[in-house]
Amino acid sequence: MKYLRRLMLAGLGLTLTLAMGVISAPGDATAQGWEPKKPVEFVIMAGKGGGADRLARFIQGIIEKQNLSSKPFVPINKGGGSGAEALRYLKDHAGDPHVIMATLNSYYTTPLRNTGLGVDIATFTPITRLAEDTFQLWVTTDSGIKSVDEYVKAVKAAGPGNWKMGGTGKGQEDSLVTSMLEKKFGLKFTYVPYKGGGTVAKELIGKHIESTVNNPSEQAGFWEAGKSVPLASFTPKGKLKGRFGNIPTFEELGYGSDMVYYMQRSIIAPQGIDKEVQAFYVGVFDKVYKSDEWQNYLKTKGLIPGWLTGQALTDYFVAEREAHRAMLKEAGEIK
Amino acid sequence: MRIAELVMAVVMAVFSVYLMWKSAELPIGWLPGEGPGGGAFPFWLSLGMLVCCVAIILRWVAKASPLSQSTVPYMTPETVKRFLLVAGSLTAMIALIHVIGVYGAVPLFLVFYVRFLGRHSWTKAGALAACTPVAMFFFFEIALTKTLPKGFTEPLFYPLYDIFL
Amino acid sequence: MEVFALLIDGFVIAFQPLNLMMVIAGVVVGLFIGAMPGLGSVNGVAILLPLTFLVPPTSAIIFLAAIYYGAMYGGAISSIMLGIPGASTAVATTFDGRPLALKGLADKALVAAATASFVGGTISIVLFTLFALPLAEVALAFGPPETFALMVLAFATFVGLGGDDILKTLFSIFIGLVFSTVGLDIISGQPRLIFGDLTGFYHGINFLVLAIGIYGIGEMLWTIEVSQGEVLMSKATVSFRRVFDNLKELWFSARTMVMGSFLGYFVGILPAAGATPGSLIAYGVAKTMAKDPETYGKGNVDGVVAPEAANNAASTGSMLPMLTLGIPGSPTTAVLLGGMVIWGLEPGPLVFVDHPDFVWGLIASLYVANLFALLINISFIPAFIWVLKLPFTILAPIIFVLCVIGGYVPTQDMHDVWLMLIFGVVGYLMRKLDYPMAPAVLAIVLGPLAEPALRQSLIGSQGDVMIFFERPISGTIMVFAIFFLVLPLAKVAKNRRKRRDSR
Repeated sequence: MKYLRRLMLAGLGLTLTLAMGVISAPGDATAQGWEPKKPVEFVIMAGKGGGADRLARFIQGIIEKQNLSSKPFVPINKGGGSGAEALRYLKDHAGDPHVIMATLNSYYTTPLRNTGLGVDIATFTPITRLAEDTFQLWVTTDSGIKSVDEYVKAVKAAGPGNWKMGGTGKGQEDSLVTSMLEKKFGLKFTYVPYKGGGTVAKELIGKHIESTVNNPSEQAGFWEAGKSVPLASFTPKGKLKGRFGNIPTFEELGYGSDMVYYMQRSIIAPQGIDKEVQAFYVGVFDKVYKSDEWQNYLKTKGLIPGWLTGQALTDYFVAEREAHRAMLKEAGEIK
Repeated sequence: MRIAELVMAVVMAVFSVYLMWKSAELPIGWLPGEGPGGGAFPFWLSLGMLVCCVAIILRWVAKASPLSQSTVPYMTPETVKRFLLVAGSLTAMIALIHVIGVYGAVPLFLVFYVRFLGRHSWTKAGALAACTPVAMFFFFEIALTKTLPKGFTEPLFYPLYDIFL
Repeated sequence: MEVFALLIDGFVIAFQPLNLMMVIAGVVVGLFIGAMPGLGSVNGVAILLPLTFLVPPTSAIIFLAAIYYGAMYGGAISSIMLGIPGASTAVATTFDGRPLALKGLADKALVAAATASFVGGTISIVLFTLFALPLAEVALAFGPPETFALMVLAFATFVGLGGDDILKTLFSIFIGLVFSTVGLDIISGQPRLIFGDLTGFYHGINFLVLAIGIYGIGEMLWTIEVSQGEVLMSKATVSFRRVFDNLKELWFSARTMVMGSFLGYFVGILPAAGATPGSLIAYGVAKTMAKDPETYGKGNVDGVVAPEAANNAASTGSMLPMLTLGIPGSPTTAVLLGGMVIWGLEPGPLVFVDHPDFVWGLIASLYVANLFALLINISFIPAFIWVLKLPFTILAPIIFVLCVIGGYVPTQDMHDVWLMLIFGVVGYLMRKLDYPMAPAVLAIVLGPLAEPALRQSLIGSQGDVMIFFERPISGTIMVFAIFFLVLPLAKVAKNRRKRRDSR
């Protein structure tokens, strides 16, 4: 009952402070290495209630539950402008050891689309990549479509622009995956942007749109209830395990190995923080990664485990940024 | 009141023109097969603002509304003084938050307001100025773990965090 | 009746000592968080979410649901006492709650708000218990065209709101809508109206910033001018006898209460809408249907009852799509949903089958939470009234400080505090010239719901406007909207004819 203890302490502290005025600092130098001196700002590049937000709060929960840090990690949503606000915030907090950020793919796309931000993600301090989230192509069970072949036929039969594909905002992950599909199969969708993946999933079940490219966690409930079907997964062969592993991948179906797209789930820190600070955060997230809660979450939510840290992570970010630059150009979102 | 009515309408008309210009950074027309563009909503609504302002100005010229004939002063000198004192001290407090943080600016503001504007006793002002920050710290920072801005006073709070968090 | 057997099982769970403790603690915490301007149920639930890992999931969601309920009650407190809506759901409560408080009838408004919340909550939980699954289908049928039609209805019920000066009312609506578009355009994925390239505008203009600015700072400046800084905030008194009398008088508002509850519940279950449009529509309908619409906005108890019944009913309602579809109906339920995922519960159509103890425990605890919220709220009324009796020169600076902190906390960005100050000062200067402010606040709440829905519909129909009238549900709502637009005009015309005839 850490919270109750904290409340009681707070009450006690109130009395003490009132009585004595000022409390002197006790020496707390038991642990070696750096320790946060105040609550750590855990910036989230997305708004409240979305996938990234839920994930960050889940991680915060593990940290709290396992007592991994002497000071709490406090989530702050800075989702404005597809994370532009969060990126600028991190840039402005260069050298601040009490700020970290949970990222998603807008980490690449937002600075590419919004060059005025002046953010170069290669300068940020890498902490760790915790997982890669996957995408599947989903239709409703009532549509009767059971395979990618039937799907392509149905979309072509509807005529160009008459098939409604739902997804998140333009230039974000869902729209990039949609243009991959359009290019591969020579299709033309009408793309309807919604605020978040959860809404997209619900709109499919309500038949306001005809297909989606949701993450597994967003559609899983409807899939179990027999309302929606995944046709194929945008992952390489054999990467996904568990119930999601039974979904055929585009590669297995013979559409080439280029039909792959991931959403990275990583943690980064501002540039110019000390080595010890970086080591502290890597240590915390190492424990998070190895926790049963996290491993279980990966399994049930269809995420691919993906521990990566240090320079390797920065290299990965830079490579992914270039891949996204090409995709955005292809989609006509940037020049 | 008469002058103020005109000034406000003109200022707001200029503001709506600025909003229209700013909205036009995105397409403001009807995109075929897609409906209105990204700038359309704010653009046409700002135009609506402008039309309202122009109508208010025309009505003022024609003296067709009670306010355009009113001879009551918009603000008496007494009101202006009070308004400037209150709004000014509020502005000063917010500006000071950037420098000395909430825990410095709030007590100063409370003392100023309660003692000098409210003419209460020093005891009352002091008690309020002392208790409010303590209550704020425990409610927001400890119970809700929402950090408040502290400016350069930040390091002073490290020991407190060590004790309570 | 299987439902009752399940519900009784649920009550057994809700009355376990730990869960009962969670309910009471949640309601009290929620009440205080809700009563703070700037902190609403969404903050309360989000902040306390990680703390619930210490108890079993059922107790955890009971705790969070109790906070949710408590905060919905608490929102009314700051609306009535300070005139500052603590959350968007409590905006409509200020319209009549504040005038009542200024007349010295704050206790009456508070009792009315608490009772209406209780009735709204109870009716909605009964509806929830009986019809959870069929109503989920209704929620699914709501796509963008239906959402847009609903927003039109919300605006239509509000034509009469605001001052007599139609030009200035329109101006206020327009400026609110324009401000609501600041930030990111999700359809094109482009940032827009980023004034001066300030990053603070990327997250848009938060409703709270405008509301606290106008109702908090602006209203205080206004009160300071009108009172010349001398008088007390309110001449409210309270006694048990008065509370009792107030409760008796509320019998006359029963009709409004029931109307607000049903309306709020049905708007609440729609995924996009949530409690704010629900309470606004309820207020608008109550006013349109009333025999004495001119007393609304000047301190009519029904004007407090309707939105309060509706927003509590809607908050229960918005749990329905969350549980049955995994789709949050409001930001608060979005966070609750995140919590369920963390606890390893998969919300969705199967949750009723797979985790009946969780679902029914939650439903039963809502009944319990509702009762406790009412009791705790009423017993705190004397304390609230005592606060109102503080000298104004002490209360005013405290409210200013609360405004500043309340503006800062949701986004933790000083940018919003400055913006709030500007809105407060400009709002005060405009209010002196009879520009009504309520329409702007409503517009900034409804705008972000209305615009994407409109554009998503039009993308879906490839630019065909008829989509709003062709689909059965959206068509019906549109007809209602037109009815509410025409009704006040017809009334005016009729009154004119009557006057002419009598002459």
